[in-house]
Amino acid sequence: MTDATIISSEHEPQFGDYFALLKPRVMSLVVFTALVGMLVAPAPIHPFVGFAAILFIAVGAGASGALNMWWDADIDAVMRRTAKRPVPSGRVTGGEAAAIGVALSGFAVVMLWLATNLFAAALLAFTIFFYAVIYTMWLKRWTPQNIVIGGAAGAFPPMIGWAAVTGGVSVESMLMFALIFMWTPPHFWALALFMRSDYDDARVPMLTVTHGRRATRNHILAYTVLLAPAALALAFTPIGGPVYLACAVALNAWFLIGAYRIWRRDEAMAEADNFAVEKAFFRFSLYYLFGHFGALLADAALRTWGLA
Amino acid sequence: MAIRATHEIHDRRKSRNVGLAVVLVGFIAIVFGLTVVKVQTIGAVQGFDHVVRPELLERAQ
Repeated sequence: MTDATIISSEHEPQFGDYFALLKPRVMSLVVFTALVGMLVAPAPIHPFVGFAAILFIAVGAGASGALNMWWDADIDAVMRRTAKRPVPSGRVTGGEAAAIGVALSGFAVVMLWLATNLFAAALLAFTIFFYAVIYTMWLKRWTPQNIVIGGAAGAFPPMIGWAAVTGGVSVESMLMFALIFMWTPPHFWALALFMRSDYDDARVPMLTVTHGRRATRNHILAYTVLLAPAALALAFTPIGGPVYLACAVALNAWFLIGAYRIWRRDEAMAEADNFAVEKAFFRFSLYYLFGHFGALLADAALRTWGLA
Repeated sequence: MAIRATHEIHDRRKSRNVGLAVVLVGFIAIVFGLTVVKVQTIGAVQGFDHVVRPELLERAQ
């Protein structure tokens, strides 16, 4: 008697494959900025409620990442940077990714509502909708400004953290939004400059593809110049302080110099040193964002201890 | 009869099952913790439905 079973190892994912659907690295940025938005808000929140709220914001962000991986599996399969993601590599089916995305979205929004308030939950729902539908399904394949408007999705977490405590919006939370919103285009365009062939192959209308690399360099400089006042303005709100002001001045000066150096170069120069300036700018842009939000946290701590 | 020969695929299945168990237990812990916190922050609750509450009578007079 034979008892042979055909086992398809294609669709036998392990737990980590599902976790990878939630884009853990993007989630770390979401957790950090949402946490800062929550801690600088002018009211106390019970630590356990705060912890739960951050968790649900992170799950919501992860759910939108899963929806993005479901919709974009065809693009991800072509690009070297994303080809190993769970769906294009065949470890998780597209249908599973979509189901997990929808289920976790609803779950995260309802739980954030129960843990904090309706306004924060509605903002989280809008963020998921914005990232999964407006950015992923609509703008990404349609306009070279995809990054600019899609960046709004990444800019909402500190506003949600703030709203979880206060139940509303304010100048401070909108400036935190503006900081991430204006930071996203130079950050991604620097990546697009040195990850050249990827977006071409996938036919995603990145600015580098549609308007050329010279235009992209101009745009990086323009957005970095516009970013600086938004970042500095935050220093003069009630959540700003001496640490933030010092960090913002230093980081923006550095960022502006980097953008200027990118702007001055042409493709021959960039290829000669294998995009060293662009890569350094991209790496620094991550420190830039963590630096600003870390400084906000430091000022909040100083205020708590009565030192400022 | 139990399967004796295990395959690499069984490890993956196990990781999924254990992972889901951890998530569910974590979720229970969080809902329980939230409940405790919410009830505590409400403050003192008078839950004695069929007991005379003198302060209500005093206020009414």
